Amino acid sequence: MPETATALRELTFGEAIREALAEELRRDPRVVLLGEDVAEAGTAFKVLKGLVEEFGKDRVIDTPISEPGFTGLAVGAAMTGMRPVVDIMFGDFMALIMDQVANQAAKVHYMSGGKWKVPLVIRTTMGATRRSAAQHSQSLHAWPSHIPGLKVVVPSTPYDAKGLLKAAIRDDNPVVFFEDKISYAKVKGPVPAGDYTVPIGVADVKRLGRDITLVATSSMVQVALGAATMLEEVGISAEVVDPRTMWPLDETTLVESVRKTSRAMVVDEGYYRYGVTGEIASVIAENAFYDLDGPVRRLGARHVPVPFSPVLEDATVPTERDVFELARKMCNR
Amino acid sequence: MTTATRQAAAGLDVETLLRMYRQMAAIRLFEERVSDLYTRALMPGLAHLYIGEEAVAVGICEALRPDDYLTSTHRGHGHCLAKGAAPHLMFAELLGKEAGYCKGKGGSMHIADPATGNLGANAIVGGGAGIATGAAFSSKWLGTGRVAVCFFGEGALGQGVLYETMNLAQLWKLPVIYACENNLYNEYTHCSETTAGDMLARPAALGIAAERVDGQDVREVHAAASAIVERARRGEGPGFLLLDTYRYRGHHVGDVAREYYRPKQEEQRWMSERDPIALHGDWLVSEGLADRAALERIQSEVASEMDAAVEFAVKAPYPDPSTVDEDVYA
Repeated sequence: MPETATALRELTFGEAIREALAEELRRDPRVVLLGEDVAEAGTAFKVLKGLVEEFGKDRVIDTPISEPGFTGLAVGAAMTGMRPVVDIMFGDFMALIMDQVANQAAKVHYMSGGKWKVPLVIRTTMGATRRSAAQHSQSLHAWPSHIPGLKVVVPSTPYDAKGLLKAAIRDDNPVVFFEDKISYAKVKGPVPAGDYTVPIGVADVKRLGRDITLVATSSMVQVALGAATMLEEVGISAEVVDPRTMWPLDETTLVESVRKTSRAMVVDEGYYRYGVTGEIASVIAENAFYDLDGPVRRLGARHVPVPFSPVLEDATVPTERDVFELARKMCNR
Repeated sequence: MTTATRQAAAGLDVETLLRMYRQMAAIRLFEERVSDLYTRALMPGLAHLYIGEEAVAVGICEALRPDDYLTSTHRGHGHCLAKGAAPHLMFAELLGKEAGYCKGKGGSMHIADPATGNLGANAIVGGGAGIATGAAFSSKWLGTGRVAVCFFGEGALGQGVLYETMNLAQLWKLPVIYACENNLYNEYTHCSETTAGDMLARPAALGIAAERVDGQDVREVHAAASAIVERARRGEGPGFLLLDTYRYRGHHVGDVAREYYRPKQEEQRWMSERDPIALHGDWLVSEGLADRAALERIQSEVASEMDAAVEFAVKAPYPDPSTVDEDVYA
């Protein structure tokens, strides 16, 4: 929290996103929003509601259902003087825009020897348990994190969401910004009314503890905090560390926490295999091996397409109970 | 409008006509040296030569302002040179040298140069469509009056993102020109095997002003480009040029045995009857605007410039390996 956090209000995660966009639209005329149903509809999630009334249809621009087209257009616009913010309704549609993201936006600066810049933000969503089935439920933040040239942001609180989104819009690099759909309305927290940014590449310790480090991202931060409360009741003190950005990754904060607690679990809603948990676990193992009392453990989404039926879908995502039980086992209690 | 009146309207003075000859010769002689460097194993990677298609790049770029934008392709040397790139910095980039346009990080397929409006050559077929359309979006939004030209080959007609961005450009009346260079071959496959229907029907379906142009006639290309570029600059929307041309060489320098996909006689016919430099030179002489000696003088001047440019690049140092991590992030 900033020292001069005047006018702290409770906002939802979605309201914090909207406030960040409104403030940046007001601050910089080069900022434009592009996406499907972003104007009067305010997106399918109503997160942008009200922006077109203040900023008009020249700044909040409805596009055809044409993700590669308008994302590609935004890359070129970013190179030539604009600061576009693109809205990709569902993270699953990252698959549609991957050439524009991975082969164009990410590489323009390097391929041109540093001459062209791409100050572009791609906002998209992640998170299951909305009964939306296999093509509207994935958490694909590991994909862009694999590509050099991109920054990847995964905020978990309203405060972080506002500050990081403003930082992303002011960044001269392409930033992919993942918002958890469930958090939009469900997660509330204090947010300063004024201008502030949260630096990209700095983790945040969401809860201090002594016995085990729970590294958790996005939607899983709330899960880890819930599990930490349960663990406290059985005498285990859990520290919860939120990396906040996948790349750059604040390795120092992660490693320092694990050196203190000597146990580490990584919890992420992306697929368990070849993903975020594997990467973070390897960072911890490489840098804190001799401080560990046991192997780094991981919880991620089950390696299946996200199913529709609630009883099936709920079996694919880590829960507070899963984190609690694994942590107890790791602490031998 | 007839060809003659349109050429007159485009304001082709002798100076411009001779400069177009020189620019086409420069591209041809540049590419011949690329081929030479490549076959002598001095150039790493791949070399996709533009020889035979020079009138397209020159005719269009001569119709542009210095601050207009372009996106180019894997076969992009001609576009970059026609827009004003310096040959010695191009050669240096092709050889992976520090002095090159991209500090050796881009190579032949990624020449980029903000000073000449070059948004970058792109090695994904159709990869420039989004970027060029986005540059046109900025131009309209910022009111700069700049036009963006998206060069691509007829192979890109198979890529969906091209039509997605053409749709956006027409909806929002963006000043972008889609310049389709139909050299007949998608790599090693004739376009008749890959492209259904009439190529011009595609932009027409979106209501985009489109025209088929003889891509071997630099004056005709220039006239058509001038009209459609100025129309876009006036805010009347995007344009599409379908330019009939021919790739004299293989898909890349190593593509030598190519009779399985196109006959030698076809290549010979284009080279002997439809060569853009010879056609323009003959016309200049027949109109009394230049004599043979003057044209030869241009050729030898350009050859000397290119030899000096190659020498600069060959002698230039490679980048320090420690620079590999630089320029990943701005």
